[in-house]
Amino acid sequence: MKTISKIVLAIVAIAIIVGGLAGYVYLSQTSSEEETVLLGGSGATFPYPLLDAMITQYRTIKPNVRVDYQPIGSGGGISALQTKSVDFAGSDAPLTAADKELAPNTLHIPETIGAVTVTYNIPDISTGLHLTGQVIADIFQGTITKWNDPAIQDLNQDVVLPDKDIFVAHRSDGSGTTFIFTGYLSKVSTDWEQEVGQGKTVAWPGGIGGNGNAGVAGIIQGTEYTIGYVELAYALENDMTVAAIRNPAGNYVAPSLDSTTEAVSSKASEGLPAGDGDWSNVDVLNAPGEQAYPIVSFTYLLVYKELNVLGSGMTQPKATALVQFLWWVVHDGQQLGPDLEYAPLPSSVVQIDEASIHSITFNGQQLPTS
Amino acid sequence: MHRRFSGDNIFKTAAMILAASAAFILLITGYTLFTGALPVFQRFGSYFFTGTQWNPVAGREIFGVLPYLLGTLVTSGIALLIGVPISLGIAIFLVEMAPKTLKVPISYLVELLAAVPSVIYGLWGLFVLRFWVVDYIEKPLSAYLGWLPLFSGTPFGLDVLTAGIILAIMIIPTVSSVSREVIQAVPNSIREAAYSIGATKWEVIRRWVLSYGRSGLFGAVILGLGRAVGETMAVTMVIGNAIGPSAVPTSLFQPSQTMSSLIANGFLEATPASLEFPAYMGVGFTLLLLGLVINVIAHVMVTRVLKIKGGAVE
Repeated sequence: MKTISKIVLAIVAIAIIVGGLAGYVYLSQTSSEEETVLLGGSGATFPYPLLDAMITQYRTIKPNVRVDYQPIGSGGGISALQTKSVDFAGSDAPLTAADKELAPNTLHIPETIGAVTVTYNIPDISTGLHLTGQVIADIFQGTITKWNDPAIQDLNQDVVLPDKDIFVAHRSDGSGTTFIFTGYLSKVSTDWEQEVGQGKTVAWPGGIGGNGNAGVAGIIQGTEYTIGYVELAYALENDMTVAAIRNPAGNYVAPSLDSTTEAVSSKASEGLPAGDGDWSNVDVLNAPGEQAYPIVSFTYLLVYKELNVLGSGMTQPKATALVQFLWWVVHDGQQLGPDLEYAPLPSSVVQIDEASIHSITFNGQQLPTS
Repeated sequence: MHRRFSGDNIFKTAAMILAASAAFILLITGYTLFTGALPVFQRFGSYFFTGTQWNPVAGREIFGVLPYLLGTLVTSGIALLIGVPISLGIAIFLVEMAPKTLKVPISYLVELLAAVPSVIYGLWGLFVLRFWVVDYIEKPLSAYLGWLPLFSGTPFGLDVLTAGIILAIMIIPTVSSVSREVIQAVPNSIREAAYSIGATKWEVIRRWVLSYGRSGLFGAVILGLGRAVGETMAVTMVIGNAIGPSAVPTSLFQPSQTMSSLIANGFLEATPASLEFPAYMGVGFTLLLLGLVINVIAHVMVTRVLKIKGGAVE
């Protein structure tokens, strides 16, 4: 009895192994007919919802290309690009000179547009409180401390402002949103520029820090007489009370996808660098358009111009797939933006991106974009 | 005989390697953090440990970890002040007083508190507890005792006090379950002897049970402290995340930041080539040192207690 059951067991085991091997050989044969290409990227969290939707849609168009984007933060993405462990990176801020040295010959490809809204919680005052950049800077620096300060009252003649202390809320985590916001304040206020400056985290003069957009929104919605900033998509999705900010044309503009796109197209007409140029000082803040919202910024995909630097991990089919994916992102992929509250790129920026993508090479050869 | 001997040897070596891996992991972590932080140590020297400024903006970099070191110590201290008496109460009730029908469900519920992820405590703290703290603790304290520096400032609810209370809740499961085991381990003969000379229940627990288990209870508190010092997410959500000199916790109603929440806040977006990156490594190294110091102090105190109460604990 015992030997029989042992023999049966052995036969079953052999059958499983042989069957598994046969299945493996069969499957690997069928998939090799259409080779699957895996593209890896990582970086900024801000564009992740949009990129994720793009990647999902792209799979239906090119089933053999799998794109994997890890939203680990811009810093992590840049680091991964420098160590060449990803094929592309996402960043909310352009590369600094120091970071560019560690990733020479990197292209900046503006991929979508972000905007930062100033949001507040004052009982009985709805969306559209008028503010200027200087006033916002003074509030965040603590030189304007009351809601009915003449500086705010002057901008809002027909609103009754309360005699209450202003509570300031800011992001506590390093973020592209803070980078854009402090960049704007540095631009409009010399005091801010000299004492605080621009960064993903800065030495805040005071106020309360919340983690993420949700953290800041939680502080503001839970407490009266607060003011803070969150990114546009988050503010629109959550129907937050936002300020209309005076732009250089003298109009008070509420944040929206339209006023964001107008900002970028009016700024692009003043000239932007080529993809391989120096982007470290590029901003689309305070754009000249009539209805342009002033606190706007690109978010970038970063990719090496000559893909051979990625070493043996990069192959001809992979390089081609990467170029085609980037091409799709700045063209058809843009249509996915508005539903997710991301402003699509204006055609002038798409043209710059086209030239950048065309300049990508592998083994010195240009790659087909379709 | 011979075969068995060599088997034992293999087992011994394997066990030794496994034991050494703990030390190896600690060493390699410390080494990585230290070398990673070297650029800021070289640039700022002792200022890194004693300074209060924190500015990662390019060209204005300056990093001092003191406010967050204090923030960590103060919030953990509050957590112990509130959490330890509650935990001891739970443990004493469960071992000495609770009827069997209550014992099981209560200890089960307390242990369930430990299974709640810390981000949930953070969210609950941000959206619920914070308002209770403002309305029922901070506003009355501010109205009647606001002249004390400890209670100065505007009650906002996202501050050192709320963070300490959240931490207290989070250490209760650890401290109470270890204390319960310690109290349970006190031999019944001790209790019987105490009752036989006419001690009341209160006296038995205070004079004999707690004192007999002193070193074990101290160990429970240290475990709780370890959890409080390292806790990240929940604290980050309620501590208000102040930065720079304003983060030095001088009042309970003041936003501050702990070392672990500082790392959690900034590390992901720190640019690798910047000085900010090594600065967070330095904070991590400081946190590791703090952990070591706490453990050494705990060890010294436990052995002292053991000496004083010579023979009281096996």
